[in-house]
Amino acid sequence: MKYVDEFRNGELAKNISANITREANPKRTFRLMEFCGGHTHAISRYGLADLLPPNVRMIHGPGCPVCVLPIGRVDQAIRLAREQGVILCTYADTVRVPASNNLSLMRAKASGADVRMIYSTQDALKIARDNPDREVVFLAIGFETTTPPTAVAVKQAAAEGLKNFSILCDHVLTPAAMHAILAVEGGVAIDGFVGPAHVSTVIGSKPYEPFADDYNKPVVIAGFEPLDVMQAILMLVRQINDGRAAVENEFIRAVTREGNVKAQELVAEVFELRETFEWRGLGSVPNSALKLRPPYAAFDAELKFAVDYVAVQDNKACECAAILRGQKRPQECKIFGTVCTPENPIGSCMVSSEGACAAHYSYGRFRESA
Amino acid sequence: MCLAIPALIEELTTPGNAIVNLGGVRKEISLALISDAAVGDYVIVHVGYALQKLDPEEAQRTLEMFAEMGQIDELRSELGVQ
Amino acid sequence: MSTVKPNYARALDIKHGRVDMSHGSGGRAMAQLITELFASAFNNEYLAQGNDGALLPQAAGRLVMATDSHVVSPLFFAGGDIGCLSVHGTINDVAVMGAKPLYLSASFILEEGYPLADLKRIVESMAKASREAGVPIVTGDTKVVEQGKGDGVFITTTGVGVVRDGINLSGDLAQPGDKILLSGTIGDHGMAILSQREGLTFSAPIVSDTAALHGLVAAMLDSGVKLRVLRDPTRGGLATTLNEIAKQSGVGMMLQESAIAVNQPVEAACEFLGLDPLYVANEGKLIAICASEDAQRLLAVMRAHPLAGAASIIGEVLEDSHGFVQMTTKLGGRRVVDWLAGEQLPRIC
Repeated sequence: MKYVDEFRNGELAKNISANITREANPKRTFRLMEFCGGHTHAISRYGLADLLPPNVRMIHGPGCPVCVLPIGRVDQAIRLAREQGVILCTYADTVRVPASNNLSLMRAKASGADVRMIYSTQDALKIARDNPDREVVFLAIGFETTTPPTAVAVKQAAAEGLKNFSILCDHVLTPAAMHAILAVEGGVAIDGFVGPAHVSTVIGSKPYEPFADDYNKPVVIAGFEPLDVMQAILMLVRQINDGRAAVENEFIRAVTREGNVKAQELVAEVFELRETFEWRGLGSVPNSALKLRPPYAAFDAELKFAVDYVAVQDNKACECAAILRGQKRPQECKIFGTVCTPENPIGSCMVSSEGACAAHYSYGRFRESA
Repeated sequence: MCLAIPALIEELTTPGNAIVNLGGVRKEISLALISDAAVGDYVIVHVGYALQKLDPEEAQRTLEMFAEMGQIDELRSELGVQ
Repeated sequence: MSTVKPNYARALDIKHGRVDMSHGSGGRAMAQLITELFASAFNNEYLAQGNDGALLPQAAGRLVMATDSHVVSPLFFAGGDIGCLSVHGTINDVAVMGAKPLYLSASFILEEGYPLADLKRIVESMAKASREAGVPIVTGDTKVVEQGKGDGVFITTTGVGVVRDGINLSGDLAQPGDKILLSGTIGDHGMAILSQREGLTFSAPIVSDTAALHGLVAAMLDSGVKLRVLRDPTRGGLATTLNEIAKQSGVGMMLQESAIAVNQPVEAACEFLGLDPLYVANEGKLIAICASEDAQRLLAVMRAHPLAGAASIIGEVLEDSHGFVQMTTKLGGRRVVDWLAGEQLPRIC
């Protein structure tokens, strides 16, 4: 597969690994955070931790939109499906997330709610067209990568005059997530960021410049293949060695400084900022999420149906807040691997396979036992 | 969720859509988020939409970057140091 | 002279007819369905006895019995259908116990309204698979459920076989030092099904690998190699089967990703759909665990068989009280190949 296989080459991996080991200043540790599900996945699936020297440590940040979705938002979707008889369309990633009352979208489906897993927002539009007598609601989650496809669908629905289509808007913003991580009293022990791959193809490299400038932390945007991640780590190590803090781009084949302007304009036309939004594990974050603009209010399921958002507290023993900030590791959480497992996820980090705890549980926990 | 793949545009279909090919597997996706896409271009596909075109020259440059010798080695060889 | 023929019964309308409730009621309609469709296709001396059960000859050894239900959707897919799948699946379950499969039973749950023409295609496919494998379907059952209560056709097959003296295969016999062998490429069946459902098309189509493996197993048993475990990695894929064995035997495993073969279109389809081939179902492959010193010989025997030409040694069994199945990835780092965390794939077996 072109543009895939070459970026997974074992020999090149060895070369980059050797470079990192040789160049990383042996007198210090390098704590690097990535917050892109694709990066978490690449590191876990290819065992990249084995290819890094012991003083270079990867921390999984809040890069998984399923993980940061508050339980209350899933409850909202479940209530709509069960109480209002809508056809609830969602990406497959959310169906297993445990919500209140021992329910999940999958369990709601098992008890008769019409929950449908779709691959693309185009599928949701088709369902709305094919079922004119039913209300169709799309659970719109995701960072800036996934928001433009929702914008396209809403605009199309408006153009077609589709009266039975609406969305539950839970789209969130990446720079806000980074800000929430960094704006902590006393600072955080993170030395650099691996910038997300696909979010950056849309937003470009520009939005990361404030983080390099204001917080003095280097950011290197990395592609989604394991070699990309390794090269980005090398580039970060070099910056940190030199005491530099700039935004660099490893993913030059798909990311420019400006990003995808067409997609950005589409999003700006359809969505506007919410004043504040609750993130699971991070609390309320200002200017971090989107809602539909007034001209598109007819497509806003929160306005159309009587389903208010009710906040639900996470389990007291859950350490996700600290883990998402890189302050604690999954194995330092008291309930990790015992009460909290992928089959029975208690907190956001275990809920999706891209969460820090889930990734560690599935791919890395043998290291602790060895 | 962050799943995206690089695929080749094989055929432009109904306005705004295209059939893309990755390793012999084909699917119809939407081009609504990009402009000037043509048959023969590679695009990054996410949840049924092309997000961005892939630049073949930059891809090649990236692969060359992966194969570079480390900085210290170059310095050492320049200075003739072991 | 009367023009009414004695004992006249209208033949089943295979072309346009559909299954209806009378076909499951035990009366004439059901008898006709059985005679004209099932018995004529499966055609063997035991079925011809025409009784509620088949009277079989004395077994010449320890008996093995295995059963499998098939709820695959779609019913017809590239490389096979629910019919041949149900025959191969149960033959394989019997064979990996080290037994020679002898007889099969087949139970059908049919949905009211299902076209008889399609049912005939399924039955003929089963008959062909049974004939080619040399394992007759000797008894069966038919039920019909109301429209909406089924998915066209569900089939349950049970198989019976005989194990030679001296053969002892079981999931709890893997020992540290043993080698793990895989008979061919993984993910073909699951991806053939999933791709059809997800609207993927191919330049080189993905074809299900459904096949009867008892001939391959016989060759492996005849070789005299010290075999510990045989298993076919169906639902849940290679990863699930290896984890099951590791748990049963109380051992760990270390695999080499580069030794596990995946066909290109399967790999690409997995990329498209975000799946890991290690967890995708197979229906014509097996895993063998044998004593380390016998691994090369076993590999040669497998590769000599048409169904295992791409066989490889994929790893070895380790001492590990945690029972982790680990893998050295293509990039050289290690990862755990864990149990499937409850992900539900559409019905593919």
